[in-house]
Amino acid sequence: MGRVEIRAITKLFGEVRAVDHVDLLTNEGEFLVLLGPSGCGKTTLLRMIAGIEEPTSGDIVIDEREVTHLPPRMRNIAMVFQSYALYPHMTVFKNIAFPLRARGVDEESVRKKVDWAAGMFKIGRLLDRKPRQLSGGERQRVALARAMVREPSVFLLDEPLSNLDALLRASAREELRQFQRRVGVTTIYVTHDQVEAMGLGDRIVVMSQGKVRQVGTPLDIYQWPADTFVATFVGSPPMNLLDQGDTLLGFRPETFLPADAVEGSEGIVTWPFEVTYLEYLGAERLVYGNVGEKSHARHVAARLPGSMNLSIEAGMTYPFAVARGDLRRFDKKTGLALPGGTT
Amino acid sequence: MANLGKIARRGGLYTLLGGFAFFGAFPFYWMVIAAFKRDHDLFSPLNNPFLFNEPPTLDHLRLLFFETHFVGYLWNTLLVGLAVVVITLATAVPAAYALARWARGWGETLGIGIFLTYLVPPTILFIPLSRFASFFGLQESLWSLILVYPTFTIPFCTWLLMGFFKTIPKDIEEQAMIDGLSRFGAMWKVVLPLSISGVLTVVVFAFTLSMHEFIYALTFISVSAKKTISIGVPTELVRGDVFQWGPLMAGALIASIPVAVVYTFFLDRFVAGFTMGAVK
Amino acid sequence: MSAPAHAAPPPHVADYGGITDREGALAKLMIAPAVVYIAAMIGAPFVLAILYSLSDATTGDPALRLVGLQNFRAALADPVFRMSLRNTFVFTLVSQTIVILLSRILATALLKNFRGKWLVRFLILLPWTAPISLGTIGWLWMFDSIFSPMDWVLRYVGLLGTKDALFGFQTNMYWLGIPGLSMASVILVQAWRILPLATVIQLAGLSSIPKDLLEAAEVDGATPWRRTLMITIPLTLPIVSIAFLFGVVFTFTDLVVVYVLTRGGPVHTTQVLSSWTFFKGIEAGDLAQGAAISLFMFPVLAVVAVFILRLARRTEVV
Repeated sequence: MGRVEIRAITKLFGEVRAVDHVDLLTNEGEFLVLLGPSGCGKTTLLRMIAGIEEPTSGDIVIDEREVTHLPPRMRNIAMVFQSYALYPHMTVFKNIAFPLRARGVDEESVRKKVDWAAGMFKIGRLLDRKPRQLSGGERQRVALARAMVREPSVFLLDEPLSNLDALLRASAREELRQFQRRVGVTTIYVTHDQVEAMGLGDRIVVMSQGKVRQVGTPLDIYQWPADTFVATFVGSPPMNLLDQGDTLLGFRPETFLPADAVEGSEGIVTWPFEVTYLEYLGAERLVYGNVGEKSHARHVAARLPGSMNLSIEAGMTYPFAVARGDLRRFDKKTGLALPGGTT
Repeated sequence: MANLGKIARRGGLYTLLGGFAFFGAFPFYWMVIAAFKRDHDLFSPLNNPFLFNEPPTLDHLRLLFFETHFVGYLWNTLLVGLAVVVITLATAVPAAYALARWARGWGETLGIGIFLTYLVPPTILFIPLSRFASFFGLQESLWSLILVYPTFTIPFCTWLLMGFFKTIPKDIEEQAMIDGLSRFGAMWKVVLPLSISGVLTVVVFAFTLSMHEFIYALTFISVSAKKTISIGVPTELVRGDVFQWGPLMAGALIASIPVAVVYTFFLDRFVAGFTMGAVK
Repeated sequence: MSAPAHAAPPPHVADYGGITDREGALAKLMIAPAVVYIAAMIGAPFVLAILYSLSDATTGDPALRLVGLQNFRAALADPVFRMSLRNTFVFTLVSQTIVILLSRILATALLKNFRGKWLVRFLILLPWTAPISLGTIGWLWMFDSIFSPMDWVLRYVGLLGTKDALFGFQTNMYWLGIPGLSMASVILVQAWRILPLATVIQLAGLSSIPKDLLEAAEVDGATPWRRTLMITIPLTLPIVSIAFLFGVVFTFTDLVVVYVLTRGGPVHTTQVLSSWTFFKGIEAGDLAQGAAISLFMFPVLAVVAVFILRLARRTEVV
């Protein structure tokens, strides 16, 4: 239940390759996140899985059935749009009941299922209201309830949290994750927010310009990025990349610390770090500066935990280091990660 | 001091608006007066035309309703209007929807093409169309009007509806398809109910456009009993060379005001639909 | 298509649902009635009008025998036709210029909120919302050669009917009976009639200017005049032009006002192309001549259509 297989899917809009030869296989019950900047093809891919966009070539298989050319209503999937797409002229009850009534389910079952779905999202008391009377968070829950009421095999979400204000977003994220774990339905979630992706996903699919760059758990993506795009897209500030001739040397800001504080079983690499600018963010300090000789100095960032009380001032130079085990190397021409890691 | 300037500007505004309102409405004011003025009062050039110098009378109304075909004209106009509305809705709603939503590329060109046919004037088409009418034996019949009036209601209403349909987010339709409806089902059960205001506007416009129409009615129908209000009142309320002013004005008034009220009310919606496209 | 890794290949569903799901086919089906109707009732008659103009058909003998351009030549040689042509341009350009200027003023005034706005709107819209032939009847009385209320007012204030009166010794103006004056009267009524439509369109245009722009300009120190000149006018120019062009199209091709007020008189001095077409083609039964006369309207319409298209693109109205 809930296996989605995407085979060599390509979508062309005129000359533009919105999705370029994507292969993907979901695990049952997993929370899969499609992550990438706008225009990378993640939403187009989601829409093709849903059936509201037809692929130029390739196949989509859901639960052993090839659905590539089937209309959405025949695919047993549910989708939540960024705008929630609630039917404005219907009450919350009618909104949630809509998918059931569209399939001709009898009224008694409809009532039971709507109550069940509403209970799951704690919106039972809103059933008589119209969408315009609801807050952003409430509308999102109605959209989710409507999606769940049919017990679909796959759940598709298109940036459903981006319309909520920042405070609400964090708690909504948590609720969503808990709900998905409880129900266990395979979920494919699109976002451009890498923090959201890291927080929610069992696995993350990083996309750029229509292609898949890497598929992996948040740990894989973060610690072992497959190429420089993933390395710089995930993580804020992004991974530092130093030019070393044919290769690029990468290390995350939080691994770049004052030399005294760095330990490494394989040894450490030290550079003089000329600080240009600091940001005190409470839980951490971001220190920006230059590494390397004056003529081709490279701008890098260091992330110091708030608990580290060392005094750092702009204009001064300090010895900073990275443990060898934390270094990553990338081919300068292709951007791909190279195996091994030490200088 | 600033207050004085403000009052002066307000006064200026009211004067300006009053002037325009007066300019727009005063022929209708005369209609009201003339409809109820006794002939003797009406036709004395020395009498003040603004006032009732003799007590008002209902004679003109009596004549209008009982001695002319006026009621028949109203009836004919109503029949034609309703039939044209039905034809227009049946044709323009699906076309506008398809053009607004689905037909990318060629759809937009076609939409513009349909809109442009609105600019082909009746005064070029009425000669060939009168031949059509006699060919099909429809001269002097209301059917000739019913079949011809959609030539201006369909292009205009299709364009109007396209504007309205475009304001409904695509999300909602796609959601309806995912929730279990076909494309057609999504249009019928979700989009149309949301466009009721647009559809109603089209109904009102199609009806009033056909009620106002003069040229085709004048061309196709000369039998008095079969005339519509628009041509019946100006052409039939004449005895010899002399206009029967009283009944004429009464007839014009009765036929104008209700339509004007409804039309004004729906104009707001029309403008809303119109500006939707202009304000992105 | 790559072979799947599982044991049995999934069944391939050939159809994309039924016709109710196929976007292309359904769209064509839904547009068809409108297109068929328009082709049959506008396209075909238009072609027929051209054919008639090249024939010698009359209502007595309506057969289509092609005879070349004689109808057009005859029209151009006919002084009445030439007068109609000239009148049509004068009628259109003068009335629409008046309309566009007045509607701009009126629309600006209507932007403000004030008490009784609904009543003012209703009255201002009356010339357009009431059937045009009926509204014109009101004017017929206004212009009557004996009973005109306007004449009464002029006499009352002494501008008419006495020896030294500004407008002369006669008791009435004969608004519709004197050649130049009748043209002015007809132009006035046409302007009266189109003004509400133009006002509505201008109002829509004026309301669509984002307030931000004007406020930013005010902060930058621009005077109201400068704001109007450099922001309001350029931004509303497309929609104002569309309003103007629509007014031009309606006026250029319309005969209602002329027919009801003057029937083209006195002595054809208010005859316009559309009314002349009617009198020649329908009343007199000379189908071929009528068609030819009407087709003289087409070049102007085509030019206007091109302009409307260009402007419509810019305002995203169409």
